[in-house]
Amino acid sequence: MSLDLGVFCKSTLDGEVVDHCFSSLFGLGQNADPSYLDWLMQAWGWTLAVAGLGLTIALIVGAVMGTLRTLPDTGRGSRTLVRLATAWVELFRNIPVLVQVFLWYHVIPAFIVPLKLLPSYWLVSIALGFYTSARIAEQVRAGIQSLPSGQRAAATALGLTTTQTYRYILLPMALRIVIPPLTSESMNAIKNSSVAFAVSVPELTLFAMQAQEETSKGVEIYLAVTALYALSAFGVNRVMTLIEKRSRIPGFISPSNNAGLAH
Amino acid sequence: MKMKQISQVLAVTALISISGVAVAASATMDKIKSSGAVTMGVRESSIPMSYTTGDSRFDGYHVEACRMILNDIKDKLGMSTLRINYQPVTSQNRVPLVQNGTVDIECGTTTNNANRAKDVGFANTLYVEEVRIAVKANSGINSISQLAGKKVATTTGTTSVQLLRKHEKANGVNFDEVFGKDHADSFLLLESGRADAFVMDGSILAGNIANAKNPKDFKIVGEVLSTEPIAIMVPKNDPEFKAEVNAAIAKMVANGKMPALWDKWFLKPIPPKNVVVGLELSPATKNAWANLNDKPAEDYAQKK
Repeated sequence: MSLDLGVFCKSTLDGEVVDHCFSSLFGLGQNADPSYLDWLMQAWGWTLAVAGLGLTIALIVGAVMGTLRTLPDTGRGSRTLVRLATAWVELFRNIPVLVQVFLWYHVIPAFIVPLKLLPSYWLVSIALGFYTSARIAEQVRAGIQSLPSGQRAAATALGLTTTQTYRYILLPMALRIVIPPLTSESMNAIKNSSVAFAVSVPELTLFAMQAQEETSKGVEIYLAVTALYALSAFGVNRVMTLIEKRSRIPGFISPSNNAGLAH
Repeated sequence: MKMKQISQVLAVTALISISGVAVAASATMDKIKSSGAVTMGVRESSIPMSYTTGDSRFDGYHVEACRMILNDIKDKLGMSTLRINYQPVTSQNRVPLVQNGTVDIECGTTTNNANRAKDVGFANTLYVEEVRIAVKANSGINSISQLAGKKVATTTGTTSVQLLRKHEKANGVNFDEVFGKDHADSFLLLESGRADAFVMDGSILAGNIANAKNPKDFKIVGEVLSTEPIAIMVPKNDPEFKAEVNAAIAKMVANGKMPALWDKWFLKPIPPKNVVVGLELSPATKNAWANLNDKPAEDYAQKK
């Protein structure tokens, strides 16, 4: 099986080789019609945009929901919040992500009409974000509950309010503990963003399906797309490792071995 | 004595050459004869060309045409019965399965184009597909020029996507493209108002409209955007088998069976749901019957 990588330099309109195959990537030349390489890069951009937006939503909502699930029982208000957060987690992690994407795209806008005006990549990002948030919430909860109960008791003894206890005592430690599983979730967000093709976001998977039909060069196209997914996920991995190293406090929940091997 | 020897030698040579030709020329025919069975590649849901009617039974315009062809081949081989095995294929695996001999004859919805013709053979075209536009009946859209700035749905992994791009470039118009993951999904985009038009093969549009909740709400409008020959696929290195298939096709056309076949699958209620596809016989298809040929799609494009 020989690879014909020249397919990426061909025009997406007439299949002829374009003038500026690689230079157009760096803004040095401008192709009259986009080549498959130009399209591939554009599709990669969409994948990163959807995954990035989804991950941002997931981290914020997930951290909030995970924290709420660990609230101490101080009355009806806190019990309601705990139940709400539990319901959130169970709802969004019990439905397959592809089904959630269809719900947000086809079903929910039928009832809430203004959502129809949102572009489809926003709806996918919301679906992907909420799905991932349920998983992140559980990891944040695990992190908080892994702390010795003396921490919370000491904070109460100092006279800190619940908010202050979380802000200054529990979360700074818990969030550091859960960085390794969060790395996995962030990488999952990149990979799960491939469901966006189903609702017409022109990302890498849609590119792969369409371009292989047009060029009959399925092997080359899928290899390129695979490489970009792997590269993106690895990039996220490196960034998270950097954050893990930078945020480490010497002598405090420090891993016994090299942090780089921890995930 | 001498004459007898010569004739013996001649007879032996003739025998060798006949058997030699038979073995080398058509592996497919030999396989059919020795095994008493043939494998037909079919589609699961290409209504009404080739689809399942349930219980692993397959039927459709192309499937019935293929059954007639195979019946002819059975007679030619002097066989009393020929078992037909149906092998469902997809857009992704149909060419490899014909190439490696799993499928002897593929009767689905394969476009005959130059790229595929490098790997497989195509029988003479019996159906010419026209890419059209489906819109809501009350939308007031009648032509592609009215689609500028509108949302146009099409299905990922089809040639229609590229066709729309070319059209945008050639006419300087701009569509807002939305992609369904399959035909049913694209039609849902049109039905739910997320798209103003659905650009796809005419038979697929007609089939989806026929299956809609309210078929009267939709109509197929506008000019033909592209014409593509849909043909029966056969193994490439077997010209003898292809010739037999083409001879059977010529016989069907000469006997005037084609208009009845068209009526049956495109204009009358078809199983399993007894809906009517309602696609009139196009001049392009009529022309293909009148002048049987295996020209690839590229030749159709140049004609315009």
